Amino acid sequence: MGIHIIKMPDIGEGIAEVELVAWHVKVGDMVAEDQILADVMTDKATVEIPSSVAGKVMALGGVVGQVMAVGSEVIRIEVEGAGNLKPGADSAAPVAAATAAAPTAPTPAPAAAPAAAPVAGTPAKAAAPAPAASHGSNGSAPARNGNGSKATAALVRAPGDKPIASPAVRRQAWDLGVELQFVPGTGTAGRITHEDLQAYVARAAQAQPVGVSDQRYAQRLDEQTIPVIGLRRKIAQKMQEAKRRIPHFTYVEEVDMTELEALRVRLNAQHGKERGRLTVLPFLVRAMVLAVRSHPEVNARYDDEAAVETRFGAVHLGIATQTQGGLMVPVIRHAETLDLWACAAEVLRLAEAARSGKATRDELTGSTITITSLGALGGIVSTPVINHPEVAIIGVNRMVERPMVRNGAVVARQMMNLSSSFDHRVVDGMNAAEFVQRIRGYLECPATLFVE
Amino acid sequence: MDIQHTTLLVIGGGPGGYITAIRAAQLGIATTLVEGEQLGGTCLNIGCIPSKAMIHAAEAFHQAHHFMGDSTLGIHVEGARIDIAQTVRWKDGIVARLTGGVGALLKKHGVKVVKGWATMVDGKTVDVVKDKADTKPVRIQGEHIVLATGSVELGLPGMPFGGRVISSTQALSPDSIPKKLVVVGGGYIGLELGLVYRKLGSDVTVVEAQDRILPLYDEELTKPVVASLRKLGVQVQLGSKVQGLNAAGDAVRVQDAAGRDSELAADQVLVAIGRVPHTHGWGLEKLMLAMNGRAIKVDDQCRTSMRNVWAIGDLTGEPMLAHRAMAQGEMVAEIISGKRRHFAPAAIAAVCFTDPEVVVAGQTPTDAAKAGLDCITAQFPFAANGRAMTLESTDGFVRVVARRDNHRIVGWQAVGAGVSELSTAFSHSLEMGATLEDVAGTIHAHPTLGEAVQEAALRALGHALHI
Repeated sequence: MGIHIIKMPDIGEGIAEVELVAWHVKVGDMVAEDQILADVMTDKATVEIPSSVAGKVMALGGVVGQVMAVGSEVIRIEVEGAGNLKPGADSAAPVAAATAAAPTAPTPAPAAAPAAAPVAGTPAKAAAPAPAASHGSNGSAPARNGNGSKATAALVRAPGDKPIASPAVRRQAWDLGVELQFVPGTGTAGRITHEDLQAYVARAAQAQPVGVSDQRYAQRLDEQTIPVIGLRRKIAQKMQEAKRRIPHFTYVEEVDMTELEALRVRLNAQHGKERGRLTVLPFLVRAMVLAVRSHPEVNARYDDEAAVETRFGAVHLGIATQTQGGLMVPVIRHAETLDLWACAAEVLRLAEAARSGKATRDELTGSTITITSLGALGGIVSTPVINHPEVAIIGVNRMVERPMVRNGAVVARQMMNLSSSFDHRVVDGMNAAEFVQRIRGYLECPATLFVE
Repeated sequence: MDIQHTTLLVIGGGPGGYITAIRAAQLGIATTLVEGEQLGGTCLNIGCIPSKAMIHAAEAFHQAHHFMGDSTLGIHVEGARIDIAQTVRWKDGIVARLTGGVGALLKKHGVKVVKGWATMVDGKTVDVVKDKADTKPVRIQGEHIVLATGSVELGLPGMPFGGRVISSTQALSPDSIPKKLVVVGGGYIGLELGLVYRKLGSDVTVVEAQDRILPLYDEELTKPVVASLRKLGVQVQLGSKVQGLNAAGDAVRVQDAAGRDSELAADQVLVAIGRVPHTHGWGLEKLMLAMNGRAIKVDDQCRTSMRNVWAIGDLTGEPMLAHRAMAQGEMVAEIISGKRRHFAPAAIAAVCFTDPEVVVAGQTPTDAAKAGLDCITAQFPFAANGRAMTLESTDGFVRVVARRDNHRIVGWQAVGAGVSELSTAFSHSLEMGATLEDVAGTIHAHPTLGEAVQEAALRALGHALHI
C-alpha cells in the first residue's frame, strides 16, 4: 500500500490558481479511476478534477471556497502498490511532484499544454519587436509635440508625461489616493509641490459649501477594492449576458389580493398547525402553472444562436433567493404537480439548501420561468432581469392596503403589483399582457385556482 | 507534519529580504525570514561590502608601494609588504560585524529567522531543510510570500568553476596573490577585482568579448578608466572570446576578433561575466509564475502573477542593485500592511568602484535622445577643481543632462576618484525634480569635489565660473 498524491493540474492559459467549489468525495471514500473528485472554478469555467488512480481517500487538500495554487496538493489516495509519495520524503516531493503532476490530470493537462504553448508564445514573440519598433516613431512623436505646444494649455501635462514631484509628495498623494497626473504643478518645470497637492485636495473638498471642518461632512478619499470572484463573478456574468442579449419588455399590473388574503388567513388558521403556514408564493405559483397552459410561449427557453424556442409542458419554477454569497435561483421542479402545501414545503427546503450552500447542481439549474420577490422590501415597481435563456420573469412587489373605488364607494383593499419582464424577441406585448392578466384573474378570484 | 503559520514569509536574507522583514515587523506584521547562509546575502557576504574592503586595502598598499619610488608628496617608504591573510581577516571582520548587525536588527524587531533552505510547495507554503541530508523539513505557511533569493554568478560552460578557475566569491578571500591572473569579463565586477589584484602585485589581463570595457556606459565615461588601466599596467584584450583552458590547464585559450587563437598563461582565472536571477533549485518552477526572460516578472508593486506572492531584488532582473532591492522590500512590506505604494523612483544610481569610480543616475545623453527628449548636456572636468588637485586625482568629470525646454535635470554621470559619494546629490536632485537653476543656485561648499556638480549645471546654463 502506498500513498498517491494528486496535485492541482495546470488548467492552461496561464491560470496560476483556482477556486475549489465542490468536493465529490470525502475522507474514507473508495474512489475508482477517472471518478470525479472535485470541481474547481477558474475565471473562465468550472473544471472537474478526475482521479488518476483507484483507492481510498486519505486526506483532502483544501476546503470548498479555498483558492488553491496550481501544483498544490488536492488529495491523498491510498493505492495498491507504491504510490508517488516516497515514505519520509515529503519534502523531496517537488521532484516527484513535478513528474506526478502530469499523469494525474489526463484530461486537462495534455489538452491544455499544446494549446497553451502557442498562445503564450505568440504574443510574446509578436509583442517584443512591435512596441520596440513602433515606440521610436509613434510613441515619442506625440510626447515631443506635447512638450512644446501644450506647455501653456489648461491640461497639466502632456499625456504620457510623468508628473514630477518629490518622493514625499508622491507618498502623500498615494496615502490620500490622489493621482498626481491630475494635479497641476506650479513649481519650476511643472514640479508638483506640497502646496499644489494641498490645494488640489482642498479644491476637491470645497465642493461642500459649509462645515468643511465638520467631521460629519469630512471629505473621504478612501476606497476599497473587492475582487469579483466565485458566485459574485457568476452573477455578474449572468446578468451581463441577460441584459446584453435580451431586449427586455417590462409590464406592471396591480392585483387586488383581498380575497386571496382572506382565503390564505383562513387556511392558515384551519390547517396552519399541521400542514405549515402558507405565504402568497404558493398561490402565485399555482396561478402561473395554470396561466402558462394557455400561454406556453412564456414557459420556455430561447436558444438565440440556434434560433429555437423550446416550450415546456412541465413548469420548473426558478425562485430568486438571496444568500450570503449573493443571488441564487433554486428551482421547484414540476411545480404543476404540487398542491399549495407541498409547494410551500418545497420553497422552504430549496431556500434553506441554497442559503446553506447545500443545493445541488440539479436544484440550481433547469428552470423554465422564474419568480423574483423582495418580500416586504418589494417596492412599488421593479424591472426584473430575465434568467437567461428563459423568456419571462414575474416580479412580486409589496402588498399594501390602499383606498380603491368599488361600486362607487371608496373601500380599503389589499393591493399588490406584479412587475414582469419578457424577452420581446419571442414574446409579444399582447401575449405578455394577456398572460399577466390571466394570473391576475386567478389571484383576484382564488376559487378559480382550484375549480377548473 | 507540523505547519508553522505566519502572515509574511520572506525567502532570502539579503538586503531585499531583511529590509522587507524589518519594515513589515515595524508595521506589526508577523514575519518569518528563511535564509540558508549567513544573513546579508550577496551584498554583505560576497559582494558590495567585501569587494569595497579589498579595494580599499589594495589601494592603501598600492600607495605605500608607490611611496617606495619617486614621490611628488615627498613621502618615502621602505619595504612595503602585505600580509594577505591579515587583509582577508580584516575584511572578514567587517563582514561579520555587518551580518551580525543584521541579525540583531531582525531580532530587535521581532522577526523570526529560520536558518535553512526553503523549497516552494505551493504559493503559500515552503518546506525548509537545514541541509541536503536533512529529511525532516519544517513546513511554513504564510499569507504572503516575498521571494528575495537574489542572483547567482554566471559561469562559463566551457570553463566551469574549480581549480584555477575562480568566481568573484573566491577572489574576495585569496590565500595568496597569483602571479598571473586572467579576468574574463570587462564589466564592473571584473574590473573592480582586476584592479585589486593588479594593485596587490599580480599581472592582470582582462578579456572582454565586446569591443570595449564597461559596455553599459558610454565611451566618454569609460575613457578615464581605460587610461587608468593602462597606467596601472592592466592588459585589456577586447573583442576576444575565451575558449577554455589549454590541455595543461595552466593557460586560457582566447580567440580574438580576427579569429586568431592565442594562449594566456594564468595561475588563476577569474570568471566575472555577470549574474543571473536565482530561480532554480528551490521549486520556484512549481508556481509557474510569469517570467521576464530569466527574471520573475513583477508589476510596479512587485506583485508576481500569483496573488500574494511578491518578488523583489535581483530575482526580478536588472538593474541588480542592493539599494533597489531594499527600496522594493520596504515598499512591499508597506503594501502588505495596507498602505498604497508604487515602485516609481525617478532614478536608481549605479556606481562602479573602479579606479577612477564611475557613477550613473537617471538618463545618459543617449538614453534621453532615445526617449525623444531634446536635451542640453554639459560636463565639468575635475582638472579645474581645486579639491581634485589636492587629492592628486584630476582625471574625470561631472556631466549633467537636462531638458532644453524647462531645464529639468534628467540625468547625472560622473567619473573620477571618490565620485561614488556624489551619487547622493545626483539621486536627490533627480527625485526632487530639480532644474539646472536649482543646482546652479545652491551654494556648494569649497573646496570639495561637489563643486563640480554645481559648475556642470552652471556650464549647461552657459556661465560656468571656473572654466
